[in-house]
Amino acid sequence: MGKNNRIKRNSLEPVIFHTVNTLLMLIVVVVMLYPFWNTVAVSFNNAMDTLKGGITLWPRKFTLYNYQTVFKNPLLITATINSVLRTVLATVTGVFAAALVGYVLSRPEFLWRKFATRYFLITMYVSAGLIPNYFLIKDLNLLNNFLVYILPGMVSAFNIIIIRSYMQSLPSSLSEAAFIDGAGHFRCFFQIILPCCKPVLATVALWCAVGAWNSWFDTFIYCSSDDSLTTLQYEMMKMLSSAMQAGSQRSQLSIYGQQFKTVVTNTITPQSMQAAVTVVAAVPILCVYPFLQKYFVNGVTLGSVKG
Amino acid sequence: MNNGNIALNRKTAGPLKHENKWKEYKTQRDLFIMIIPCMILTFIFSYWPLTGWIMAFEDFRPAKGYFGSPFVGLAQFEFLLKSPEFWKAFRNTVCMSILNLTFGTFFAIAFALLLNEITHISFKRFVQTVSYMPHFLSWVIVCSLIANMLASDGMVNNLLMALGLIDKPILWLGTPQYFWWINTFSTVWKETGWNSIIYIAAMTSIDPALYESCEIDGGSRYTKMWHITLPGIRNTIMVLLIMNIGWLLNASFEVPYLLGNRGLVLDVSQTIDIYVLKYGINIGNYSLATAAGIFKSVISIVLVAGANYMSGKIGEESLL
Repeated sequence: MGKNNRIKRNSLEPVIFHTVNTLLMLIVVVVMLYPFWNTVAVSFNNAMDTLKGGITLWPRKFTLYNYQTVFKNPLLITATINSVLRTVLATVTGVFAAALVGYVLSRPEFLWRKFATRYFLITMYVSAGLIPNYFLIKDLNLLNNFLVYILPGMVSAFNIIIIRSYMQSLPSSLSEAAFIDGAGHFRCFFQIILPCCKPVLATVALWCAVGAWNSWFDTFIYCSSDDSLTTLQYEMMKMLSSAMQAGSQRSQLSIYGQQFKTVVTNTITPQSMQAAVTVVAAVPILCVYPFLQKYFVNGVTLGSVKG
Repeated sequence: MNNGNIALNRKTAGPLKHENKWKEYKTQRDLFIMIIPCMILTFIFSYWPLTGWIMAFEDFRPAKGYFGSPFVGLAQFEFLLKSPEFWKAFRNTVCMSILNLTFGTFFAIAFALLLNEITHISFKRFVQTVSYMPHFLSWVIVCSLIANMLASDGMVNNLLMALGLIDKPILWLGTPQYFWWINTFSTVWKETGWNSIIYIAAMTSIDPALYESCEIDGGSRYTKMWHITLPGIRNTIMVLLIMNIGWLLNASFEVPYLLGNRGLVLDVSQTIDIYVLKYGINIGNYSLATAAGIFKSVISIVLVAGANYMSGKIGEESLL
């Protein structure tokens, strides 16, 4: 009897568990994907048709008109160019600065090692806050200046620590060999250490790029009065907040609606516009991140263990 | 090794110490060249603005500058602490942060535990990849998606109506009671997959022999989860919890600002950060806004220091 019971438990229980668990995971997948998938469907659907509601997984009346409108709008073109530019520049400078500082802090003989490490770490925890920062940017003449997208965030303590930890885990014989051969620190950094750090540099580059691409607050605070410095995320934020202010998401004309008054009578609505811009703003990152997975997984683990 | 030699040299070279030190600086010239520009940048953008805190003790007028504005002592703080609006913002910040932290941690651990039980490798990888996806979307996008889902003819209302649970659409974003939960849900949706990475990594480092011996002793799947996996990641959970407590007040700006910026829910959605933005940038009361910012920073620093002390206590590496 007991034996029978055990066999039963052993054979049936895992099946039930795995089925339920797999179902749960599928639900997670649906919950994660559906909102975005739906937006993609809306962005490819005829705007007037979308107003009738009921668009779920596939566009009902397929059109590229929404995207054409987006890419014909001069403001959105500027926004896209700025977003790309700031992302590229912030990533390159951010990774370079973090690697440079990380290298110096990873050198055990560096005289200021302890002081400098603390000096950077403290900035992770103490921040002056919005208003003092605003006045600083103002005093530096960085208001409505493209550099405000690059300079303030260039040296990030967190990235430095991640890179430093990785460099410390490299065998010290690598750099010793270089020094014996007469290389200086610059040579050692560029030719020996940097090439060995590709995984962690990829992680940090991904973080920098995601952060730069996704940020809207700096545009909002520092550059909102200059349309030539707008970014995609800021334009999206404006669309979202006008939709929110309007109360009902669907029925009101947003600023974009007004801007396109002539077109509205044809086939564009704020909602479809917003959907198309959402896709444009999300797709670059969504195309890249799955391929960098193994890097950032390591990065996260490293960051938390050695932080 | 290198390090040891230099340290030894420094100790033994008594009389020449000064000269030796100078020599060391000279040999490290390149290192200093590498780091000093970044230290200057950090000084400008992270340390220098701290001098702006002086505004909180003045009745600051931009035209008069830090030195020309009249000094008012703690009057701004007094006003702040007597202002019901500020306390409401404080309450909203704390409550939303605690909800985010509790549910965020719970779901990340639960997801990691369940995902860990999936044996089909490529399905597991697929689920995990999908679960990170929202982390890479900006808050603006996430809030747009949430607003779409919660619209009167959005997916949530349609689903609930189709199931017959409600007969007319609920105004999710216009009802104060729901707001905190919408905020929590957004955070959970965005960050569960990402936060679980670390727990999953911790789980893979648990000794498989433990599971084997548990199996031999007749332990079921749940026994293993409860008595091996969870204790195995307990330290990770503790460290992350403590660390996140340090960040508690930093957690709530974007969703409340982007989704809660409407009259109906302002009472429950305004956080300290939004208060600072409103009084500082919109109204131009810089001193009051700075004071509110300092209030938040000081609490954060106390929390971080406490967290650091605690994690030292429980035998983990201290964070600073």
